[in-house]
Amino acid sequence: MEKLFKQISQTLLAELNDLEHLALSFGGEKSAFARINAARIRQIGNVDEADLGFNFIFDGKRSTSTISLSADLDEDLNRARRELNRLRDETKQLPDDPYLVIPDSTETSINKTHGELPADDELPHKLLPSMGDVDLTGIWSSGRVFRGSSNSAGGYHWFASDSFSLDYSLITPEEKMVKATYAGTHWDQADYEKFLADSIKKLELMHLPPKQIEPGNYRTYIASAGVADVLSMFSWGGVSEAAIRQSESSLGKMRNEGAKLSPHFTLAEDFRSGLAPRFNGNGEVAPEVTTLIDKGELVQTLVSSRTAKEYGIKTNFASGGEGLRAPVMGIGTLNESDVLKTLGTGVYLSNLHYLNWSDMIGGRITGMTRYACFWVEDGKIMAPIENMRFDDSIYNFLGENLEAVTDTALLNPEVGTYDGRELNVTICPGILLKSFALTL
Amino acid sequence: MDLQAILSGIDVPADWVGLRYVKEDTGFRLVRDGKPEENTRESKQGIMVEVLVDGQFAYYGTSRLDAAGIQAAAGQAVVLAKAAAKYSLHSFEADARPLARGSYRSAYKKATEAFSPGEISELLIKSTAELKVSDKVVTTNAMARIVESESHFVSSNGSDFDQQYLMVSADYSAVAQDGSVTQKRTDGGLLAKSYQAGMEVFDEQDVLARCRIIGAEAVELLSAEDCPTGTMDLVLAPDQMMLQIHESVGHALEIDRILGDERNYAGWSFVRPADFGKLQYGSKLMNITFDPTIGNQFASYAFDDGGLKAEKEFLIKDGLLLRGLGGRESQIRSGLDGVANFRASSWNRAPIDRMANLNLEAGESSYDEIIGAVERGVFMTSNRSWSIDDYRNKFQFGCEYGKLIENGKLTRTVKNPNYRAISNPFWRSLKMLGNQDTFEVYGTPFCGKGEPNQAIRVGHASPLCLFDKVELFGGA
Repeated sequence: MEKLFKQISQTLLAELNDLEHLALSFGGEKSAFARINAARIRQIGNVDEADLGFNFIFDGKRSTSTISLSADLDEDLNRARRELNRLRDETKQLPDDPYLVIPDSTETSINKTHGELPADDELPHKLLPSMGDVDLTGIWSSGRVFRGSSNSAGGYHWFASDSFSLDYSLITPEEKMVKATYAGTHWDQADYEKFLADSIKKLELMHLPPKQIEPGNYRTYIASAGVADVLSMFSWGGVSEAAIRQSESSLGKMRNEGAKLSPHFTLAEDFRSGLAPRFNGNGEVAPEVTTLIDKGELVQTLVSSRTAKEYGIKTNFASGGEGLRAPVMGIGTLNESDVLKTLGTGVYLSNLHYLNWSDMIGGRITGMTRYACFWVEDGKIMAPIENMRFDDSIYNFLGENLEAVTDTALLNPEVGTYDGRELNVTICPGILLKSFALTL
Repeated sequence: MDLQAILSGIDVPADWVGLRYVKEDTGFRLVRDGKPEENTRESKQGIMVEVLVDGQFAYYGTSRLDAAGIQAAAGQAVVLAKAAAKYSLHSFEADARPLARGSYRSAYKKATEAFSPGEISELLIKSTAELKVSDKVVTTNAMARIVESESHFVSSNGSDFDQQYLMVSADYSAVAQDGSVTQKRTDGGLLAKSYQAGMEVFDEQDVLARCRIIGAEAVELLSAEDCPTGTMDLVLAPDQMMLQIHESVGHALEIDRILGDERNYAGWSFVRPADFGKLQYGSKLMNITFDPTIGNQFASYAFDDGGLKAEKEFLIKDGLLLRGLGGRESQIRSGLDGVANFRASSWNRAPIDRMANLNLEAGESSYDEIIGAVERGVFMTSNRSWSIDDYRNKFQFGCEYGKLIENGKLTRTVKNPNYRAISNPFWRSLKMLGNQDTFEVYGTPFCGKGEPNQAIRVGHASPLCLFDKVELFGGA
């Protein structure tokens, strides 16, 4: 794939006319998927695809596109040339774009990591027998993911990595569930079987008779996976500079009214894990670490070069949508082993589900509790709870009601596949809240 | 591409082979505050090869379109199917892919050539100017999404059908601000105006008139009081009913969810197989149809991606649950009646049970009769927030714009209108149903489901509805 991208890049960029600028991006994957229901195979298959993205600029106008590639160089060069010519024709007809940014990054990088993945035809036998009689439903994804970028200024980046994930739910006959994700780059059968067995053990707690709690405000612990869901909301009407400037951000109150979150809350865009590429679609390389919220204060936002040009500010080479690509939340001092004792009496939430802004400008999020969520009394788990709806503002539960943050940040891999397999990982600890509003 | 010739050349030890070629061009243009923000086009094409071996389907989606590449994909799919057959959830036969022949062409009045890229941009720029009705409007957006899609399916048991669509979605929005108060209006919810249609959707006079109303309502909301908190009557406009039907009826009735396929992602369902024919889902006024045959609705088609012929079916009649949203595979697995809704988002995904057009049939009441019947309540329109639990029970939805209803009359405007309820009790509280004059058609390109994930187009239509005693509340 790298050879294909490099050859298309070299050819197209050499064929540009005067005053034309072009940034190319590449996205691709060779993936295996197995959908599992009741510890049996529901659907299984491979997806092999590659796309070439264009950001074409001429005479103050800009147009972008994406085409499918076939992995045959001659065919793909034909497709790419046709697309470039189409863009030339279309761009002429468009109005001037005052905020376009001519790609000028000359940086280069190559990052290729190889893993050890199970052969596709061995997958069912490696995955399923150790599930035994447990009701397990989930998705296996594995294979190689490719990202590339090149531009007419000479910049070039290539990123390729192997990875696998088994994202699954374990379900009791009473329909109580535990969620887990086994992910990595090098398959280890014994390690997988131990991980699976450990998660099955967690299911034992779910056999306790469930407790129906009433709507109200509760002391609450949200584990790392649930916190990752909350942090994902910061990529939608959150840390984007453009969203704040255009009055479509929950953090507008921090910028414009001096609102603050808790001193326990720190959030950064932090690429040091190396799990996600630092370059964006224009080939611009983000700083290794950009602290966004420092001890509750909004200190920076994600700023794309386009936004920077529009508002006359400095870019930090965010992606076009100014969403988080490598979110890392700062740890606190609460020892994981002290969570239940410190919670005392309240609810313990392992996961959240279906979050949405119920009042974006007010910073209020609604969503559901899901999976292993418990009623805790005097530091002891008493019963799983029936799922509850919450509806609370980040200015409350990440503000004055954020009592403590655990001292361990866990990796929460993004297993979403709407636009192909994701590379993002959210690294975050758990949070203890003095109060959290459960509403239905 | 001669798909039949490629199929004939595939030599693999499979009980059934199917090829589904998809080519889709999506153009998207966005103008913000009079300036171009996006002018982009996505042209995707590829082929989904499916095989059936030893009762197990397996697939290989590839963007390689040459015969050798497709043959190799079929060979690899056979390897996967054989490996998985020992662990199959269900052992299928070739009747899971019924014989289908025919074609479908979506209806439109003006072809894409009727507007050049420059002309569409010009209209969008004019639209943002119309949206800015005052200095209090701080951000304006106008967007157009035009999709040209074609698919061709052939199979070893003789299926050969092709379907072509032209689809247009558009939206116009204004964000208004006054001090710390910020409000937004769109054209019925983000891209809710999504249709199988042509460039006739961009009638300039009509678009600009709508933009003036959208801008004015955004400003109007700035000085509105918050939606009252309390249990009272709720009147929902058809553009919000779209979301209500989608989340609390559509997903709940998907048979693959009921069978547990989605339990790790979108979730399960409160509906169980034994409920069909017995569960009183809503009040007697509630009639829900699956109807992929409506001319301009967003998810109309002739065959689903398994080859089942698409026909109108009542899922809920007089409030009674009759039939689920399940394609042939789900029908075989569950023994339940279903519909032709086995759909894939593109060539790179295997089909699963999806909604298509799922509609609430019109009733008898006029707009005035419904509003006149409310002593104290709120009218809400245009979705802005949505969340529901994994069983499709506890939901909370929010709208952009509300009006108090007092003593049978619409009175003051309210901002941040929200409501929450539980699906069955909510639908059983449907006490008045608008007539055909209140019936409106909407759609969305963004229904998410499945592992691996798939976003697909759905259509929903509904009349105005009145619900009794619902929990309402306002903003933060």
